[in-house]
This record gives sequence, structure tokens and C-alpha cells, in this order.
Amino acid sequence: MDIKFTLNGNSQSLSTEPDRRVIDLLREDLGLTGIKEGCGTGECGACTVLMDGETRLSCLTLAAQIDGRDITTIEGLQDMEEGIILQKAFEEQGAVQCGYCIPGMEMAALPLLTLHPNAARNDIKIALSGNLCRCTGYVKIVDAVEQAGREIAVKKEGL
Amino acid sequence: MGECPDARLMAGGTDLLVRLRHAGADTKPPLILLSKIPELADIIMANGDLCIGSGASFSAIMAHTLVQDHAPMLAKAVGTIGGPAIRNMGTLGGNIITASPAGDSLSPLYVADAQVVLVSPGGTRKIKISEFINGPGKSDIRKDEILTQIRIPLDDGFQSHCFEKVGLRRSLAIAVASFCGRLRFDEDGTVAEARFAWGSVAPTVARSINAENALTGNRLDTKSIKKSVAEATASLSPINDIRASAHYRRTVAGALLKRFLENPQREKKHV
Ligand code: FES
Ligand code: FES
Repeated sequence: MDIKFTLNGNSQSLSTEPDRRVIDLLREDLGLTGIKEGCGTGECGACTVLMDGETRLSCLTLAAQIDGRDITTIEGLQDMEEGIILQKAFEEQGAVQCGYCIPGMEMAALPLLTLHPNAARNDIKIALSGNLCRCTGYVKIVDAVEQAGREIAVKKEGL
Repeated sequence: MGECPDARLMAGGTDLLVRLRHAGADTKPPLILLSKIPELADIIMANGDLCIGSGASFSAIMAHTLVQDHAPMLAKAVGTIGGPAIRNMGTLGGNIITASPAGDSLSPLYVADAQVVLVSPGGTRKIKISEFINGPGKSDIRKDEILTQIRIPLDDGFQSHCFEKVGLRRSLAIAVASFCGRLRFDEDGTVAEARFAWGSVAPTVARSINAENALTGNRLDTKSIKKSVAEATASLSPINDIRASAHYRRTVAGALLKRFLENPQREKKHV
């Protein structure tokens, strides 16, 4: 089946099996290996991408479902102001250990930070509640998202 | 579906795709994507019912003011499902067809006496949720039918509502037991009507009519509460599994009811 979608701001057309998993399409067919597959069954969040600005698990999404949609992966963060701030905050807070969960964590945090940069710590925890990390103990990850939120809020007010 | 009898209907895919994956690489039925029919995601009011399209996502349901106003326990219950991304994907219709005894959205639907609307080339039928789901993973859906809508009668006369879920952790947890209850009081403070449903403690989500009847016409006092809790725990048939023992589940189910009855005003409808 031919599908057309926007990928990190650029339009994409390709031909694929309609039931190809989006994670395989992105990683294997398009070479975007930033997102990770942890469980493949919707329990870890490592494969999180944005579809039309909302988080979605690419391991449980099929190619036919993204036809006509707008997809953002971790690779798209470097083109977004919020994304750059978020990635820098993860580095500065020391929120990354093995790193496997981090792309999913950042994607899960992004819609919250874009809509509510001043989100309370508890809202951050809820936004990240579908993402597992086996290394960090989460505290520094939440710290990083909080820091990014503060910086994004300052930027927005400054405009 | 007429042309392709082995095809499976897929809503959010959060359960079906996992099951197909576990079934192995040879199990690849053609899938029909219900998400391509945007009308299935509508949430509207019609004929005095709150009508939720089978394809409405849990996130959309949680956030919708009609649901928050008229079915607040459903809004609360779907907010406990999976994590945020799962809630953006999973749908109410999918949760019903999956018919898991642990389906978190189901107990509020049982308590509200919700009906499901099924459409086939032959016509449309409506059936009560408790009659539609008849076992773990089993429902009365016919081969050529699509579940299109869930209709929740507006019963705004209930003063107290509650939904609680006990799991091994807060997110992405399958419930050990869940409970939804609502109470209507007469002016003199006696119980006019009680409705209770539990998840994860029987082959399907279960109401306990005996526990409800133990309260009607009585005040909530130590005696009536004790009787109702005893009736409830006697009528449930939980199982032992990896998450909890049957005994623990039964105890938790009773405790959730008791907690609600001892403090029924805790969760007022419009907070
Ligand atoms: S790989 Fe998709 S949720 Fe774990
Ligand atoms: S940093 Fe290793 S899993 Fe999160």
C-alpha cells in the first residue's frame, strides 16, 4: 500500500505492507534508529513517537494508521526549540545512564512541555508514567523535564 | 467483512496487536481499521443518553466535559488505564470487545446500566452491557456486527459515586481488583438505590444484587454495611493468578465497598 505522511516536518511517500509496524518502518526502512524497541507489547514506552502532536507507541501502530498523519520522532527534536532545550536539560541534570529509555522519555515529555511548560512535578510524573527506565530511578529524569519546562516558560514569556 | 470472513476489526490495537504477536508470525489476519471512520469517535448527547462512539480514545473520554459532568466515574476509570500513550490509542469499544474481567472502563458502565449499539447489514440492535459480555474475552457480538456506540442513560439522581482500582503499581498495571459504586439517598437519609460493580474478581465484571439490596431502604450503619459487604464477598468468584490470590482479591473487593459505604460523600459528583 502507498502511504503518505509528514515525518519530522518533511513529507514522505512510500510503499509498504499496510500492517508493517511503524517502529520497523522507521528504524529499518527509514533508518531512524533513535526510537527503541523495549518490549514490543505496549508496556515500556521506549518506542514513543508523536502522531499529530500526541504520544503513541510505534510498536503497536501499523503503517496504514499513519497515512495522512504528522509523525515526530526523537530525530525531529533538534529542529524544535523545545526539543533542544529538553535534550540539553537531560544532559545537564545527568538524567541519562544507559540511554535506552531516553528517546521515549523525551517524546513523552514533549507534548506536556509544549502545552504547559509550567507543569507541576506531579503532572510531569503522570506524563512519564507509561515509560520505564531501568537505570536512573526516575528522579533525575523528572528533574530534567522540570528544568526544561522552566526554561521554555521563560523563553515564551520573553516573546 | 462479508467479503473477507477472516478479517479482524481493529480499534486502537493496543490489545489485539499484542495478542496477534503472541500468537506467532503465522497468525496475520487481514485487519480492518476502525480508526478510518472518524464518526466512531464522536461523544454526543442524544435522547437523554450520553453516547460515546466505540472509537473514542480513553484520553478523549477523560477530557470530554459531557463525560466529566454525566459519567465522572467513567472519566476517572479510563484515566487509570495503561499510560498516557496507551490512553491516546486505546478505545472504549476495544475495551468492551476485549471483555477482560479486568477491563477498567467496564465497572462504571455496568453500574450505569449502559447499553451497547451493534450495527450489521441486517440492522441495529441495542443490548445491556451486562448481557453483552458473557465471559473472559467473550461477548455476544455476531460475525457481521460492529460495535458502534455506548449509550449511558443519564441518572443524575445519584448523590455519591466512587471508582477505585487496586493494582501492583499505579501505571500500566492490570487491576488486582477495582470497584465502582453509586448511591441514591432519600431525603430521610435511607438508601433509595445502590449499585456496585467490581472488576478482576469474577469471570466478567460483576454486579452484586444481594449486596445492593442489603442496603435499599436502610440507613448506612454498621449493621447494614456489614451485611452488604458479606453479601458482596460471598457473591464474587475471584481466581488465583500471578498478581494476587483469590482470597486477597475477595478481601480487597469487600474492603473497597466498605470504604465507600463508610464515607460515601468522599467523592461528590461535582467536585
Ligand atoms: S517497545 Fe513499544 S512500548 Fe515497549
Ligand atoms: S537510562 Fe537506562 S533505561 Fe533509562
